[in-house]
Amino acid sequence: MSFLSYAWDWLRAAAQWHGSDGIPVRILEQLGYSALSLLIAALIAVPLGVLIGHTGRGAVLVVNIANAWRAIPTLGLLVLAVITLGFSPLAWLIPLVVLGIPPILVNAYEGVAGVDAGLKDAARGMGMTPWQQLRKVELPAALPLIMLGLRTGAIFVVATATIAAYIGLGGLGRYIIDGLATDNYGEVAGGAALVVLLALIVQFLFVGLRRLVVPAGLRNQARAG
Amino acid sequence: MVWSWIPGNAAVIRQYTLDNALLGIVPALLGLVISVPLGIACVRWRWLYPPVLSTASVLYALPSLALFIVLIPYTGLSDTTVIIPLTLFSLCVLVPNVVDGLRSVPEPVRQAATAMGFGTLRRLVRVELPIAVPLVIAGLRVAVVSSISLASVGQLIGVYSLGYFFIDGYQRDFPTEIFVGLVLIIALALVCDLLLVIARRLLTPWRETRRRREIPRVMVAGAPRAAGA
Repeated sequence: MSFLSYAWDWLRAAAQWHGSDGIPVRILEQLGYSALSLLIAALIAVPLGVLIGHTGRGAVLVVNIANAWRAIPTLGLLVLAVITLGFSPLAWLIPLVVLGIPPILVNAYEGVAGVDAGLKDAARGMGMTPWQQLRKVELPAALPLIMLGLRTGAIFVVATATIAAYIGLGGLGRYIIDGLATDNYGEVAGGAALVVLLALIVQFLFVGLRRLVVPAGLRNQARAG
Repeated sequence: MVWSWIPGNAAVIRQYTLDNALLGIVPALLGLVISVPLGIACVRWRWLYPPVLSTASVLYALPSLALFIVLIPYTGLSDTTVIIPLTLFSLCVLVPNVVDGLRSVPEPVRQAATAMGFGTLRRLVRVELPIAVPLVIAGLRVAVVSSISLASVGQLIGVYSLGYFFIDGYQRDFPTEIFVGLVLIIALALVCDLLLVIARRLLTPWRETRRRREIPRVMVAGAPRAAGA
């Protein structure tokens, strides 16, 4: 039997779609945890990245964080958090936020730091105050990269939230972890299929969001992201 | 920290470190072997690149755990089940860097090589690929570091790595074990990263002769994207 037939058989069974551990509830849980973590991470990382990019202070720190971030094993951080903090919401929230920050921070920094010097000169030459320069020129020019950072962060947070089921978090990862524990491959496959679907939806959502917020003149930049 | 746990378990620690290194390095190398011809093809036939890039960015968004599970019916609970998704992730990082690297070859350099009588293949091997090396290695660094850290997730489906210490330490409520796993994975990633930096210096000696201070650059952050983006 293939992965898809396992997943399909499990998804077709009506029992999965009802109750407090039903699929709709699990999807909402997963989206809720991910959205909350991403929001907190963005509230910290976007202003900080923009500030560092604008002033140039602390750039070396950002570069080092960006490079070290990938080496951190998410599963290790999650189990460490739950062992030291106990079963509280902070045990999953802290790792999810911490892991979501670097991609957002780095892209916000790179976006603002990389704004064309001629553009900044022109803004100053037009008599804009530093605040106006930042708000009217540097931020819009940095938006493609800021959006890319948010999207990368979102992808990362959704994936990590799935793994966080191992330390008892709800969401779609529950099916995977519970299915593995009881050798029920159908449940595991069904959960994985839903996770894949959700990850794709989140990604397309961010592609659409970027179209909405990025000024038309900048849309060709960062297209590959 | 219970320090005595470390010497008492030196044998398993060594074993899982080796397993983890294998699960991290093999996908990065496989990714390199596949991405070079693929990148060359994308540069040669321009229409090929946009679909390849879109596929890569979609693939990159998929959680590793879900991909491992997709493969279980086909490759079982073997190393292959972890290596294939990590190879795909490596490709997502490497292909754009190979393409950008090849495109960064200045036109005069290309023309000079042609004028010296280099054919397409010889120009590619002797001139264009060497110029692409720094970007390719930058991609390889991202690929190997992420693969080493992601390999530990494979422990959830029972593929052994340093991730074993996370699971075991959690089940036994024993933080020492978790710390050891964390430190070793990060150390392993940093060692591989350093080796690649050294390899780049050896492969591109001309870059150092300019005595230019190297500006710290952020490596392609997160999803693959083109240069200048």
